[in-house]
Amino acid sequence: MNLGRTAAIALRQFYLLRGSPARILPMFAWVAIDIVLWGFITRYLNSVASSGINFVPALLGAVLLWDFLVRVMQGVTTAFFEDVWSRNFLNVFATPLRISEYVGGLVISSIANSSVGLVVMLALAGAAFGLSFFVYGLMLIPFLLVLFLFGIALGIFGCSIVLRLGPAAEWLIWPLPALLSPLACVFYPLSALPRWMQVPARFLPPSYVFEAMRGFVRGGHASPSAVLAGGGLALFYVLLAGWFFTRIFKHVVRSGLIARYSAESLS
Amino acid sequence: MNGPPPVVLSVSSLCKRYGETVAVDDISFEVHQHEVVGLLGPNGAGKTTTINMILGILEPDSGEVRIEEFDLAKRRSQALRLTNFVAVYSPLPGNLTVIENLRFFGMIYSVPGLSERIEEVIAQFDLDRFRKVKCGVLSSGEQTRVSLAKAMLNRPNLLLLDEPTASLDPSVARDVREKIREVTLQGAGGVLWTSHNMYEVEQVCDRVLFLSKGRILLEGDPRSLPRDHGKETLEELFIAVAREPLALERD
Repeated sequence: MNLGRTAAIALRQFYLLRGSPARILPMFAWVAIDIVLWGFITRYLNSVASSGINFVPALLGAVLLWDFLVRVMQGVTTAFFEDVWSRNFLNVFATPLRISEYVGGLVISSIANSSVGLVVMLALAGAAFGLSFFVYGLMLIPFLLVLFLFGIALGIFGCSIVLRLGPAAEWLIWPLPALLSPLACVFYPLSALPRWMQVPARFLPPSYVFEAMRGFVRGGHASPSAVLAGGGLALFYVLLAGWFFTRIFKHVVRSGLIARYSAESLS
Repeated sequence: MNGPPPVVLSVSSLCKRYGETVAVDDISFEVHQHEVVGLLGPNGAGKTTTINMILGILEPDSGEVRIEEFDLAKRRSQALRLTNFVAVYSPLPGNLTVIENLRFFGMIYSVPGLSERIEEVIAQFDLDRFRKVKCGVLSSGEQTRVSLAKAMLNRPNLLLLDEPTASLDPSVARDVREKIREVTLQGAGGVLWTSHNMYEVEQVCDRVLFLSKGRILLEGDPRSLPRDHGKETLEELFIAVAREPLALERD
């Protein structure tokens, strides 16, 4: 693996960002709106709930962590879409660039992109609504890591779908996190789901993170084995997504689709 | 006595089908160092399919592509590091400036001493005043010069040019031809060039391959080939290949 080529993909993303307010604004604008909206909802719930539960770390923290995952995924897909939008596949893939180097570049772009979003969310949630990530203690690190890995896996999977189905398939990818969110148990415990929905939920790493987070908020304890299971699953999905992208790439090279990408299919 | 120049591209028994359609049918040829080979033929003859297979973005059904000592199927990255290309249908990203595009692709091709090399190609293709201009706002001729600068960044041993002058006025096209010819003679590479401009082909190419229905129909010196087949000009020969390929095949 040539790190220079991986860095080139990330550098290209930086070039695009620095010259474009339309790309910079979404890095923090939507997450900021989410934090403000959910911040007021949690503040309201705190004022009317008689149970004495503090909804800020449970609900606002969950929103923040879920938005982080979404930003990670979109960091990968957006960097990939730049090649779709600028019809750059021929220039990029008819070069010595390996798939691992390309995907590595997308991941680095995503780290930079999602870090900005995370910092903005933390600052806003802390300053306006009193949410401190220190409330999760050291468990915050594995929480973020599992969500990061799963966001990367989702992003690579999304890129594979668009590579296979053509530019219009981008619209299938944007709502992917929303489709998964009911099963990810972001706002409610796994036990709130019907039994048949609990089965697929257990295959989603975020459900382990959010269960652990709620456990931690309730009693100051999160099950390390549950977080570890989520981490193992997330890592598995990253490898699976990498394998899937490679398979799809080989298919589009064999079929000739990548050379006629705007046609979307060869039939 | 010197032997023949080394082979930079070797294509052997290359085949590609799209369903029932045979796009490339068992073609073999070589390109040598300092040689400009023209790949000619009517629309749909298989030129771009051939170039796409050499660029590794289309997998052949059978056959082999070797760039210098590297088998493209087995050592794709090493093989493609020795190539570069310009294709009229694949402009550089219009949302990056000239300098950004050159740096990005220079890193992709692992060009040593990249900053100095970028300055060299900028000077070579007279791009200094456009260095901070986004490629999307350049004229066709300026964009072609940027694409050529990008293609020369890694001093490719094999340069693939798919109708590089198609959108250029005659004056700019002549400049571009001269630059490519100059670079080919000075460097260590060979060029595979497709064009529909027969005047250009006669000016630039040392050898031409006429493709028809995915097969190589004729091969030879573009200046003598027409007479060998009873035609006055290369353009007449081209038209004959396009309209009566079977008659030429019988020849």
